[in-house]
Amino acid sequence: MKAPRRPPEPVQVVKQRRDATLRALVERVPYIQYLGMQFERKGDELTGVLPFDQKLIGNPMLPAIHGGVTAAFLEVTAIITLSWSYLWEDVESGVIDTDALEAGGLPRLPKTIDISTDYLRSGLPRDAYARARINRSGRRYASVHVEAWQDNRSRLFAQATGHFLMPPLRD
Amino acid sequence: MNKKVDIARQFIEAIPHSKALGMQLTDMGDGVATIEMPYDGKLVGDPDTGVIHGGAVSALMDTCCGAAVMSHPANPGGTATIDLRIDYMRAATPGQAIRAQATCYHVTRTVAFVRATATDDDSENPVAAATGAFTVEGTR
Repeated sequence: MKAPRRPPEPVQVVKQRRDATLRALVERVPYIQYLGMQFERKGDELTGVLPFDQKLIGNPMLPAIHGGVTAAFLEVTAIITLSWSYLWEDVESGVIDTDALEAGGLPRLPKTIDISTDYLRSGLPRDAYARARINRSGRRYASVHVEAWQDNRSRLFAQATGHFLMPPLRD
Repeated sequence: MNKKVDIARQFIEAIPHSKALGMQLTDMGDGVATIEMPYDGKLVGDPDTGVIHGGAVSALMDTCCGAAVMSHPANPGGTATIDLRIDYMRAATPGQAIRAQATCYHVTRTVAFVRATATDDDSENPVAAATGAFTVEGTR
């Protein structure tokens, strides 16, 4: 006889837990709020969104988004995607305590060791999007590639590769 | 200061994002630039410690490197970042301003090469280092 299987959780319970975790990750960092960055989630896939704002301009003559803003946007997308991926199992199993998360009790974030940004086109004065791919995530180090685009997904305006120090495992 | 450096200074001080971050150009000329960015709660990346986000340091480095390129005698006009790599050596001390110094150490007809370091009050121990390539505009 097969062991009795747990019935699947109601979709709103699963969604609530995923969204609460993502919100806790994003909303507690002042700099992410300052840039006005948001994250869209489809299942476990995250897309960073940077709505255009005048204060993000780096070259008023063109005008173009500041290269530092672009670098920050890519770096934040990498860090949030990396944090999200190591929290994912706990989110799905329900081990994660969403009440504690909302109160600010998150595990520590990964730290950037280095990041190298390529500027492929100038960032236009409109919304930007970014997605990160974790190429390797070990116990201590992770390597992440990030791509950013504006109007066309296939016409990247910037990309970056970064290395990150993972936070010590929770006990 | 000569006219070109004056124009470059005005250009940099007019950058909306650099202004928003409170950046002050403290020195510029002959391919070297120094920019200071005051500590600000809105730039914090880790709310538990109050340490400034790496992204804000990137913005400072990028601006400073661009300023160094524009101040180089062999560069006739503006510039844009081709690539910039930043190494983060340690967390900047919360409450302290961050100062970046960039040197444009080589310019060809088309490309300018730059390196930079950023420090807080402990100027012996850099917070971050950067190397990058920038465009040289107006030559072809």
